[in-house]
Amino acid sequence: MGYFKTNRNYQQARWDEPIIMELGNKGERGILVPRASKTVRGKVGTVDKLLPADLKRKAAPKLPEMSQMQVLRHYMRLSQETIGTDINIDIGLGTCTMKYSPKINEQFVRSEKLSELHPCQDESTVQGILKIMYKLEQYLKAISGMDKVSLQAGGGSQAIFANVETIRRYHEGRGEGAQRDEIITTILSHPANPGAAATIGYKVITLYPGEDGLPDLKALEAVLSERTAALMITNPEDTGIYNGKIKEFVDAVHKVGGLCAYDQANLNGVFGITRAKEAGFDMCHYNLHKSFSSPHGCQGPAAGAQCVSEKLAGFIAVPTVEFDGEKYYLEYDHPDSIGKLRKFYGVPAVFVRAYAYIRTLGPDWMRAIGELSILNNNYMVKKLLDIDGLDLPYGKENFRMEQARLSWQKLTDETGVTTDDICRRIVDYGFQDYFASHHPRIIPEPFTPEPVESYSKDDIDEFVAAFTAIAKEAKDNPALIKGAPHKAALAAQIDESGLNSWEKFATTWRAYKKYVEGK
Amino acid sequence: MAKDLVHPYMPNSVPAIKKEMLAELGVKSIKEIYESIIPKDLLYKKRLDLPEAIRSESELKKHVMGLLNENITTEEYTSFLGAGCYKHQIPAICDELNARGEFLTAYCGDTYSDHGKMQAIFEYASMLGEMLDVDVVSYTMYDAGQAVTSALSTALRVKEAAGRPKNKVLVPATMDPEIYSQACEYLRHKATIVKVAYDRETGLMDLRDLKKKLKGRDVAAVFYENPSYLGFFETNASLIAKLAHERDALAIARPEVAALGIMESPANLGADILCGDIQPLGMHIQFGGGQSGFMACRQDIKLVEQFPTYMYGITKTANKGEFGWGRAMNQRCSHGSRENAKEYFGTETGLWGITAGIYLASMGPQGMYELGETIIQNQAYLKKILNNVPGVKAGVFTTGGFQEVLVNFDKTGKTAREINKALLKAKIFGGKSMKEAFPELGESALYCVSELTTEEDMENLAMALKKIVGVC
Repeated sequence: MGYFKTNRNYQQARWDEPIIMELGNKGERGILVPRASKTVRGKVGTVDKLLPADLKRKAAPKLPEMSQMQVLRHYMRLSQETIGTDINIDIGLGTCTMKYSPKINEQFVRSEKLSELHPCQDESTVQGILKIMYKLEQYLKAISGMDKVSLQAGGGSQAIFANVETIRRYHEGRGEGAQRDEIITTILSHPANPGAAATIGYKVITLYPGEDGLPDLKALEAVLSERTAALMITNPEDTGIYNGKIKEFVDAVHKVGGLCAYDQANLNGVFGITRAKEAGFDMCHYNLHKSFSSPHGCQGPAAGAQCVSEKLAGFIAVPTVEFDGEKYYLEYDHPDSIGKLRKFYGVPAVFVRAYAYIRTLGPDWMRAIGELSILNNNYMVKKLLDIDGLDLPYGKENFRMEQARLSWQKLTDETGVTTDDICRRIVDYGFQDYFASHHPRIIPEPFTPEPVESYSKDDIDEFVAAFTAIAKEAKDNPALIKGAPHKAALAAQIDESGLNSWEKFATTWRAYKKYVEGK
Repeated sequence: MAKDLVHPYMPNSVPAIKKEMLAELGVKSIKEIYESIIPKDLLYKKRLDLPEAIRSESELKKHVMGLLNENITTEEYTSFLGAGCYKHQIPAICDELNARGEFLTAYCGDTYSDHGKMQAIFEYASMLGEMLDVDVVSYTMYDAGQAVTSALSTALRVKEAAGRPKNKVLVPATMDPEIYSQACEYLRHKATIVKVAYDRETGLMDLRDLKKKLKGRDVAAVFYENPSYLGFFETNASLIAKLAHERDALAIARPEVAALGIMESPANLGADILCGDIQPLGMHIQFGGGQSGFMACRQDIKLVEQFPTYMYGITKTANKGEFGWGRAMNQRCSHGSRENAKEYFGTETGLWGITAGIYLASMGPQGMYELGETIIQNQAYLKKILNNVPGVKAGVFTTGGFQEVLVNFDKTGKTAREINKALLKAKIFGGKSMKEAFPELGESALYCVSELTTEEDMENLAMALKKIVGVC
């Protein structure tokens, strides 16, 4: 029964594939391009005639010259040297919600009926996609309890940024824009919160967790004042500890006239169980590529949904999608809006996937996502804590929500093996390297797994078994882990100084040849 | 119908397994778990107000495709729409490779698990670097809007770091209006974005106005597009950079990537930072979802250290001739130093970077040249034949251009919108109306061609317009 294996004798493909800039031969072509007709060419002439001399390119770009099959083969090999969610038990990348991205949804977004729509087409010709966007907005209202949704943001961080711009507009509208110059966040909230606040000039105040792993209400009250623009907070934070006092936090901020923004990038553990509205929040955001199942695509294309309460509805990004009873249309007429966030209308392919996902699950299975990810996580944590050397800071007595931040500190103290070592070694077992923590690492030797609802009990058992094996290796043969990975595409460890010094900095092959290799 | 107990996306929904896991935790239900940690008054007790589940894949497909089939696509009608989103030939291998589960479903795995992904990203940057003729290329950003905005923001930081802070940036009055509005909101706490007037004959940036606005030495950067949003070439590119540099400002340029096979990179015309969109390099138009931004510059640390996004650096391994990759100089960005980085970033458009790399490798230098040449020829031809339509003035500006033709309908007595409604009946998507963004240009619209536009498409458009304006 089951498909739980403890030792797969895994070996990642290792092609030692040359840099593409070194491949091919002069004159090879990967694809031919349609040309202007003879008549057209005859009537208008060549580039020399049509392009002013000083704008004409002097030297051809040094792109590779390759035939089609050879380009395909190169990238197929690189794909084999990459571990996506489709081929591994992707529990390790906690906070990232690496769930199954249903393949049926890929058929929808690859259909010409979406892929060949131009954003400036007449609205009468795009009613289908507008309807999907409109309905999705309504569903997200139900899930969050908020009153208005904008799908403009191109990712979760941009949705956080939209919330910061909205906060600024709100206070400016009340004549308090200059006075309210502080945004409060927590160290365990995503770095985009302080990052977005600082982007438009807010002073950032950061709260640290107390002994229970949660930010302290008194510490919050101590920094609240007439200068407070907003609290931007995640709950549960990366620790997976649910902050039961969240409503008191919100009330305290409201009392001094500040707004509260809920970072719900990762909604997975709370679907249908608790909502932003009941906790009193003025706004929240969702990463539609996380909890709503779009594939992560090597970091995008993503989409963020900005959800706000009635009093903030006039400020959100334009355009919104509206319905007049007969047709769907894009509405730009929001005079107080923060304006455009992204060209056109966000990332429609992600909306189609999110829409299909919600429709195929309905209210009960949406809630089941939350329930099963909580079950999976607590089951996994209990199993992981059987590993000698792995600990769960801030207490084991209470259950966690959908993820947990554990610590290898004890193992490091005993064996010298660190979380970064283990993160490399786990690749030898056929898993994605894992997410340790955002910076700074306030929990020592961190490890943040997230076993979302897509993973079976067997998957979780295999995941735990791999770490159990590594913890044993740490004691028996630490050099094995220190030297890892051994079975990854890359056969040796990299020289980190190449990434941490400007002298060796190169983001392109030409820069490497000129500035690094030459030295 | 009884409610299903098991869902294909959720293996532990099987009752026996769920029960076994609950027993392991010593609880009877999942509810017992979350009720022990979430206060009662925060629990949502109702059922989410969502439509009932569509049970099978085939029923879901029928429903979703039923909605999408209400759309009419640019494959069904002939499209002359551009304005920042460009339909081009997409090599089949771009679609094949970016659908591979390994790329499609990978995320932020690093050096050791995702060696191939890291190499593909580096190769994308390397190839775009060749197109732009610069050494430094960032990882992908949300879109050109973010790229332009961050480039302006970077320039302000560069000047601040140099001890000569400035509070203005200059942009052409002809720039993409959406990006202008985005930049205004993004930067207004620290800088004013000032439009430089344009010459009504040529469309070019008014150099007298530019000089005047640079006088105060309070300008961090002068930005221009080439070709401009309205299609014409900015023939004074070198001069703009020179004037900016004389007054201690950086020159920031947005080239059009599809033109770079034939057009000189702005980097060789004095521009310091380049930014723009790679959507034309292998991304479907996707109702605007294929956009993806880039920032690039020469190997100048003073500029690069102010870039806000991830950059993937190459480094050696212990094995001779072997390379690995990782995030380089990460303290620069908010993932490294939170608010101290001064600008946020996040998950943006990584898959499109890999796709653009595949596109450029397929096209090669000859393909990119032919692409540019075909488009510039089709553009010139469209301009020529539309000028034969009575009352229509194609090419509002005298300067030549790339892909977009600004067409004015004032003398037809019809609005650009009326024309578009009429064209729709002929199964043609006419150009985007510029009436709202540029009212001074009257009833004008931006008509776009590509290498996919045929002579017949253009003749059909001209014929349809003749009918609409009442000539035949």
